[in-house]
Amino acid sequence: MPQPFIEFKDVSKSFGNLQVLDGVNLKIYSGEITSIIGKSGVGKSVLLKHIIGLLKPDSGQILIKGKPLSEFSRPEWREFKRSLSYMFQNNALFDSLTVFENIALPLVERTSLPGSEIKKKVDYRIHQFELNEVKDRYPSQISGGMQKRVALARALVTEPTMILFDEPTTGLDPLRKNAVLNMIAHYQHEIGFTGVMVSHDIPDVFFISNRVAIIENRKIPFQGTPLELEQSDDEIVWQFIHGQEVLQDQLTGLDPRPEVEKLFKELLSEVAAKKKTFSVALFTIDDLDEIKKHVGYIASQRIFQCMAMGIKGLLHSKEYAARFGSGEILSVFPDSGLDRAREVISGLSRGCSNQELMDPSKYKKVCIDFALKAGAIEVREPVDLTTLLEKLRENQEVIAKMECRGVADKK
Amino acid sequence: MNQETATGGGNLIGLINLLGKTTLNIIGELGAVAIFFFHGFLLIFSLPFQFRKVVQQVYFIGVKSFLIISLIGLFTGMVLGLQGYYTLVKFGSEGMLGAAVALSLIRELGPVLTALMIIGRAGSSIAAEIGIMRISEQIDALDTMDINPMRFLVSPRIAASVITFPLLTALFDVIGIIGGYLTGVLLLGVNSGIFFNRIYDSVVAKDINGGFIKSLVFALVVSTICCYQGYFTHMRPGGFGAKGVSLATTSAVVISCVLVLVLDYVLTSFLL
Repeated sequence: MPQPFIEFKDVSKSFGNLQVLDGVNLKIYSGEITSIIGKSGVGKSVLLKHIIGLLKPDSGQILIKGKPLSEFSRPEWREFKRSLSYMFQNNALFDSLTVFENIALPLVERTSLPGSEIKKKVDYRIHQFELNEVKDRYPSQISGGMQKRVALARALVTEPTMILFDEPTTGLDPLRKNAVLNMIAHYQHEIGFTGVMVSHDIPDVFFISNRVAIIENRKIPFQGTPLELEQSDDEIVWQFIHGQEVLQDQLTGLDPRPEVEKLFKELLSEVAAKKKTFSVALFTIDDLDEIKKHVGYIASQRIFQCMAMGIKGLLHSKEYAARFGSGEILSVFPDSGLDRAREVISGLSRGCSNQELMDPSKYKKVCIDFALKAGAIEVREPVDLTTLLEKLRENQEVIAKMECRGVADKK
Repeated sequence: MNQETATGGGNLIGLINLLGKTTLNIIGELGAVAIFFFHGFLLIFSLPFQFRKVVQQVYFIGVKSFLIISLIGLFTGMVLGLQGYYTLVKFGSEGMLGAAVALSLIRELGPVLTALMIIGRAGSSIAAEIGIMRISEQIDALDTMDINPMRFLVSPRIAASVITFPLLTALFDVIGIIGGYLTGVLLLGVNSGIFFNRIYDSVVAKDINGGFIKSLVFALVVSTICCYQGYFTHMRPGGFGAKGVSLATTSAVVISCVLVLVLDYVLTSFLL
């Protein structure tokens, strides 16, 4: 690996009693976009402000091209600062200057360019960010999204070699968000600046990032390429990537998977001690991934949601259900035999058949046949979860079906 | 540690502790203001000169205070004429009215009242404006752009104050004398020739210089205090955001007013 452009070495920072960073190590390479992701309020902005010297670390070092920031002479430091731009989270536009003057300010104050040249450069950015109509207005007179674009224009107008973005897309509509990310990526390819971006927009930021760092619990538990991120087994990383699934499970009322696994283990130990038996049921939507691919993301999620809510509605208070795969839900019935599991299966079968989602005429554009399958087993002796799931899959029968019968392009 | 001794060592030690701490705080604060002032003041002379910004501030602090200073000057002069006449007439020396009005205006009331009026009108808004820039990270933004915030925000305001305070004081004096003329001569019938002759006889260059020096000192003190309070809004204990700005504005006005009156006494005793 080449020498990092910026390196955090065991950086710690506290505000009063509140420790925000604790021995943070982070590497940022030249010519790459590094995204820092993390929950709100975990110190992402604090990290960014250390790079530009707005905050100083309590302990540890920040190295720029291998040289500690604290050893920079004044001219060196100014030169470094001039080569970078900082886009603030709340934009930090000068509210007594117009949009035009805001964007022009770094050029007017720092360079000796003639007025016409400055105007040309600023007008180019104004045009690029579609700010023509508001260029004579004041920041408080324009919308939040426009303010964001003004801040971005101001950051780019000096053509810096490094840009620090503090949530550049927060508060933008999806189209503009894409436009901004696109602009950052495009400009990065063109000029090759080094970018550090703090963001919440997962997974969008992964597309334009060369490296990703996750900040959690005052430390950086992961940093690497987006591909490494996706392949990581780390639980925190998993939560960040699968944020949407976690949300869905919560929305549908499903129990968290670790909790059900824990319960399963407890029950197994009771089974081993010959105290009791319990039953499990596995529900599967066949071809959910195909639906996602061809019909659409929302349709696939609605179908899953329908199944999850149907199951959850039929369960009693001490019975649990959790997502085990993209279209699979496992239910555990701790104090009941196979009859109870079958009762739930037949209940779901009746409930699902009348749903809007099972009506082929609703799929006007693309339609794919899919089926709801279920199977149940009574656990009488200790068995590991994977084997049990395999057995359940073999045991499954179709309980509800959606057939297109040629209503649309059948795939 | 200090608190432990305070509670353990009885009230007297606690009191001494408190006194020591307060004194150290005040001295520390004075030092910080002094550094702030020299930093801001020296940057006035850094190249390239910020001519445009100074002119803008002269307009804001000076030109926009024109009317209010004239109005206050006029009424101060008129009431001086009125009071002065009724006091002087008891001794039969109402002819001295012109001198009384002119000297009290030029030596004392002109510089002091002008400074107080500018504090109320421009000082408070300087503190509020810089304070808001601080809490909305605009000052940090300047810093990240490698634009010196002290040079950008503080220096033009100090320079503009140095230019406008003496001019506004002069305006106040002249309008005040006209006010005295209105009540003394036109209303109460003092002879106009005597009124102006007495002014001519009694006012000497030393008086005018004294008033000028006072207004210069007030300009430096007021502009520094108001900028300082706004600039360090975020360091203020117990006040964040809008509350912090309101506290900064209040202390800018209160501290400036108190300092103007205290310094007026000190300067007078040196100049007399």
